[in-house]
Amino acid sequence: MNAGDTAWLLISTVLVFAMTLPGLSFFYGGLVRRKNVLSILMQCFTVAALISIQWVLFGYSLSFGPDTGFGVIGGLDWIGLKKVSGTPFPDYAGTIPHTLFMVFQCMFAIITPALMIGAFAERMKFSSFLIFTLLWATFVYDPLAHWVWGNGGWMKSLGGLDFAGGIVVHASSGISALIICLLLGKRTGYLKEPFRPHNLPYTILGGSLLWIGWFGFNAGSALAANDIATHALITTLIAPAAAGLTWAFIEWYVNEKPTILGAISGALAGLVAITPACGFVNVGNAIIIGIIASVLCYLFVVKIKAALGYDDSLDAFGIHGVGGIWGTIATGLFAEKAVNPAGADGLFFGGPQLMPQLIMVLAAPIYAAIVTFIIYKVVDLTLGVRVKEKEETIGLDLTQHGEAAYTVIE
Amino acid sequence: MKYIIAIIQPHKLTEVMGALEKANIPLITVSNVLGRGRQKGITQTYRGTREVGSLLQKVKLEIAVNEDFVAPAIEAITSSAKTGDIGDGKIFVLDLHDVMRIRTGEKGSEAIG
Repeated sequence: MNAGDTAWLLISTVLVFAMTLPGLSFFYGGLVRRKNVLSILMQCFTVAALISIQWVLFGYSLSFGPDTGFGVIGGLDWIGLKKVSGTPFPDYAGTIPHTLFMVFQCMFAIITPALMIGAFAERMKFSSFLIFTLLWATFVYDPLAHWVWGNGGWMKSLGGLDFAGGIVVHASSGISALIICLLLGKRTGYLKEPFRPHNLPYTILGGSLLWIGWFGFNAGSALAANDIATHALITTLIAPAAAGLTWAFIEWYVNEKPTILGAISGALAGLVAITPACGFVNVGNAIIIGIIASVLCYLFVVKIKAALGYDDSLDAFGIHGVGGIWGTIATGLFAEKAVNPAGADGLFFGGPQLMPQLIMVLAAPIYAAIVTFIIYKVVDLTLGVRVKEKEETIGLDLTQHGEAAYTVIE
Repeated sequence: MKYIIAIIQPHKLTEVMGALEKANIPLITVSNVLGRGRQKGITQTYRGTREVGSLLQKVKLEIAVNEDFVAPAIEAITSSAKTGDIGDGKIFVLDLHDVMRIRTGEKGSEAIG
């Protein structure tokens, strides 16, 4: 046990929690129309509460518990945190309490389903949202976390690298988000009337808090207070910096004016893309990964979404799906042992790392997409996923929660 | 000259403005208002206190027009704002005594459009 490592992981755990509450909730909350802001805050809050409980009861056991034999899922040995004690579990982290590793991972399990809220914002029934989230966490997130990070997980055995969750967190939630918004359909009036973000300062505040929390997300994933953690923190600063500027410059060129929403969107694209790579690539390549992430996500958010006409309302797929897939591939290109001896050499450094990365990029999203489709259909046939059109028109704040965010007159 | 005040459902604003523009009446002032007609408001709850039938969000349009445009304006608003449910709103038509354009000092029906 190491006090320094333990202190850093305690802090990182809280930082990652802050990414969901209040980071993501205000980032998304500001982007929706004023009649739906509370529904977003409530959904983010609920994910945090619901998945915390799911995680200690059985989620952690399914994800990180002893493998059941095929590298597909952990067993039920650690159900209710049985056998998870303050003694370190060296296979995962030898210098911090096992319980601390468990709660650090819990924060990742929370933010992943919360990211998908962006795709079905402003039109999902709250009751269905609850059930859907619980099923998705159990049948999509927990197995994927086991594949990539769990002891005996097949992707881990294959040598796939995902430093902090590019594939497990971002690509999986992003692809699932795309499936949901395709099945759920567009918001009423989409592309016919303007859907303006109702409070951009909220969005910038939330987005900035995401960046702050991301230092814990990425540098904490070193699971120690050491040189690798410091390196991950630096790339987590530099890649989004390059990506944020890139997006703003693209807008400046295309629309004649750079916007703050563009800059923060670019920064998030850069954060997502550097997530799997942050502890494996050098700082110069982090800049390149950030710039390319911004260009790719810009194309999906601004061009491809408009061309295909699907309503990924707050760009959960466009940023997290696209950025996560790019980052996972980029790890296979730019990773080098000179940065992290525990990593591998990517294609540009003469190593074979690209192949396992490509397998991850194919297998994880396909699995996530199929299971998301099944869960969606089950919930839709039993409860119905979408609110009535009239409720959507009035807004989810009043119709789902009986609350209004803003008063016009006291 | 008439002064038309219309209270409509907020989500109908884009459609109503489009219809008015088609009727060649693009000049308009819009505000967010709260109100209650025969439609009861939605019950809200704050820490267990239920507030039954509180006020609803509406949008208020104000348009000053010459006589020729009164009927087209009303037609444009009614046809575009109607959903058929309670709560679609109302149109009030008032006599308008005078108008002055601040920039030029023009008055009356010259200043209106």
